[in-house]
Amino acid sequence: MAEPRPVLEMTGIVKEFPGVRALSGVDFRLFPGEIHALMGENGAGKSTLIKVLTGVHTLDGGTITLDGKTVRIGSPLEAQHAGISTVYQEVNLCPNLSVAENIFIGREPTRGGRIQWKQLRKEAAEMVDRLGLDIDVTAPLSSYPLAVQQLVAIVRSVGHGDSDGQGSGTKVLVLDEPTSSLDRDEVLELFRLMRRLRDEGVAILFVSHFLDQIYEICDRMTVLRNGTLVGEHMVADLDQVGLIELMIGKALDQLEELHEHQLRSDVGETLVKAEGLGRTGGIAPFDLEIKKGEVLGLAGLLGSGRTELARLLFGADQPDSGKVTIAGKQVSMSAPNDAIGAGVAFCSENRKTEGLVPDLTVRENIILALQASRGWTRPIPASQRDELVAKYIKALDIRPANPEARVGQLSGGNQQKVLLARWLITQPKLLILDEPTRGIDIGAKAEIQKLVVSLSEDGMSVLYIAAELEEVLRLSHTIGVLRDRKLVAQLTNGPEITTSKILETIASGEHQ
Amino acid sequence: MSTPAVTTPSRWRALTHHHLFWPVAVLIALLLVNVPFTPDFFAIRMTDGHLYGSLVSIVLFGSPLILVAVGMTLVIATGGIDLSVGAVVAITGALTCSYISDQADQNALAGVFLAMGIGLVAAVLCGLWNGFLVARMGIQPIIATLIIMVAGRGVAQLITDGQIITINSEPYKLIGGGYWLTLPFSIFVVAAVVAVTIALTRRTALGLLVESVGGNAEASRLVGIRSMRIKIMVYMFCALCAGIAGLMISSNTSAADGNNAGLWIELDAILAVVIGGTSLLGGRFSIGGTVIGALVIQTLTTTIYTIGVPTQTNLVFKAAVVIVVCLLQSPKFRAKVFGARGRAAAPVTPAAPADAAPKMEVSR
Repeated sequence: MAEPRPVLEMTGIVKEFPGVRALSGVDFRLFPGEIHALMGENGAGKSTLIKVLTGVHTLDGGTITLDGKTVRIGSPLEAQHAGISTVYQEVNLCPNLSVAENIFIGREPTRGGRIQWKQLRKEAAEMVDRLGLDIDVTAPLSSYPLAVQQLVAIVRSVGHGDSDGQGSGTKVLVLDEPTSSLDRDEVLELFRLMRRLRDEGVAILFVSHFLDQIYEICDRMTVLRNGTLVGEHMVADLDQVGLIELMIGKALDQLEELHEHQLRSDVGETLVKAEGLGRTGGIAPFDLEIKKGEVLGLAGLLGSGRTELARLLFGADQPDSGKVTIAGKQVSMSAPNDAIGAGVAFCSENRKTEGLVPDLTVRENIILALQASRGWTRPIPASQRDELVAKYIKALDIRPANPEARVGQLSGGNQQKVLLARWLITQPKLLILDEPTRGIDIGAKAEIQKLVVSLSEDGMSVLYIAAELEEVLRLSHTIGVLRDRKLVAQLTNGPEITTSKILETIASGEHQ
Repeated sequence: MSTPAVTTPSRWRALTHHHLFWPVAVLIALLLVNVPFTPDFFAIRMTDGHLYGSLVSIVLFGSPLILVAVGMTLVIATGGIDLSVGAVVAITGALTCSYISDQADQNALAGVFLAMGIGLVAAVLCGLWNGFLVARMGIQPIIATLIIMVAGRGVAQLITDGQIITINSEPYKLIGGGYWLTLPFSIFVVAAVVAVTIALTRRTALGLLVESVGGNAEASRLVGIRSMRIKIMVYMFCALCAGIAGLMISSNTSAADGNNAGLWIELDAILAVVIGGTSLLGGRFSIGGTVIGALVIQTLTTTIYTIGVPTQTNLVFKAAVVIVVCLLQSPKFRAKVFGARGRAAAPVTPAAPADAAPKMEVSR
């Protein structure tokens, strides 16, 4: 990796938005044939830097040098022509078209105005082949899972340079959070492709919230904080604790505290009891008990039925078998109202589509659940409402601490806190948290986990779902293990339970 | 840095960013266009104890549209649309007039009130039907309300036997054509309906819940909002507003015309809602904006007559103005056209200190 000259150099980059200086004089460089992680908390300026690089934002100061030449990148199209390709978290392709069509869309090989379909399919197949992927290019994109669609998006963006330049091709590939909705095998497939491209000399800029992935795949990293450069390090030279300290700018007291925290030992009597609860196509019938003050964690792979189980306990989907008893009373669970009435709260994993109303303000989003339970004729008195909202904004440290801010403009972590506040205000007996820490930064993550612990200590039961096993293990009294849409085991947490033990249970599908 | 002093530019900025700024600006501009053609456009004079003038006429003739548009605002805020309001106007007028015309004494108050009651109940039933189809059966609002839009005119004609029913009822004439305290009575009706609507939506939690349902239907379901109930209520309210407009229109002409009463009013109403700043996608709504929007449309119609646009081109003229109004309201278009100016002005706004926690600019 002893490259004499970086392929990309950004110097003194400044970007201002009204009222906010998003980047103040950031330097960034990228060498050919390396995978480079861009690290920082939410709001540190990662996205802004990428958007400046890919021409989405125009820069207010600084220079960008590509291959030794100063360039001005005015639009995403110009960025592509310059050899900078980007793949975003959400796949921007057409699911109804074939893989080959998606790869070539907008630059189909034509003769006399007619698309050369044979040639298009052949070239697409070659490109897929060359990158070592096993994909039928004639099948519609929608027939593949999201992970493969993402690989296709990468093939498309990498292939772009090849067809119109003289072998110049893609010099820089930007991958913005490509792994956030992939499971482990899919991530490995993606990494294989990334390594292959790296070995061909492409410089890859990689953004991910998963620290383990960074350490697995990246060679070098640049850390940002509050729009300024904190440092550039070889991954091998900086351990995870050091990295996190750089990112949040303080020592890891908070996290340490959590590691040492003792689980509340005296959980109370049974609060929620599900018997034979199930839904065809969702999750096989299961029995489950949640005690007062207990944190029940759910572990399992993506698509193993974690979310489906939670949704049944909330009445978000209607069960077709079984019954639920909450605090001794049977609840019909035919709609969320029934569960809410019985004291159940549910924070969906899809904050944007199933949680927040982005056009409404922070205040309105926070009081929504409480107001819904009171009905439209009994508005919460303004003074009481403002007091409640102010209390929770402060308690959860929601930023900006402005109840009038539109929720759609908040960062992911703060949106999650608004969602939490919405339900905490209703003082539920059982709080269901589906992936509450997904896509949010490490500081907010720790805060939310601490909150779960203290809620449990105050006697609230929590059903906690997270992809990261350490998180589940750290917080839960009992761990429900799911596999193939079945609740296969319930482990009581103790010294002998480790993440590898949970993994074993997931893998074997049985409780030893 | 302490809070920045309020400077003229930031005050100007606050003004131009108010959600009613553009609708009001357009309304004022349209009113001013009339002055060169009709120098006494803003003059209001007293004749026989009644106030007359172009401004009074605009509000008077715009009254039915304001009513319909106010109801439409709530429907649109839930993410729906109601195409049936024009037909509801016709049905209400037809029922009321045919009941009055059957009376021995058309001036008897009891008979007139009963007739109006019958008409309004019919209107609300139409709204219930719309709401049932949309909220309960899950039919697309545009299709569900199309049924009454088309069939309702037929119903109105059945009621009137295909004739135009004319009546001669002094008390009924008051609603759409009479005067009270020197002003047209319909202005008071509109003011009352607008006031009640604002109170109903902003004094209770109805407005919030409507905006929530329109802003994110699935999230609203998961938060426990009974959106079915709210949607049905909103369609009923919209139909009630259309019914009152129907009374007004038939009262003004002392006739019920199943074919032409309220014809195309649904389109003007939707336009008024959009000009008022409520998105067709649902969510945030503004009753005040809608009232301004309806006045813009009525002023435009008046302007077309006063400046003497030839009859055969007046629809084209109207369309052109509407396009300009909509473009002016689009932030994207403004950024493109006035972008250079906007960017030059940007540094004037006080920037947050770089070392403090990032502050979020909140524009409403």
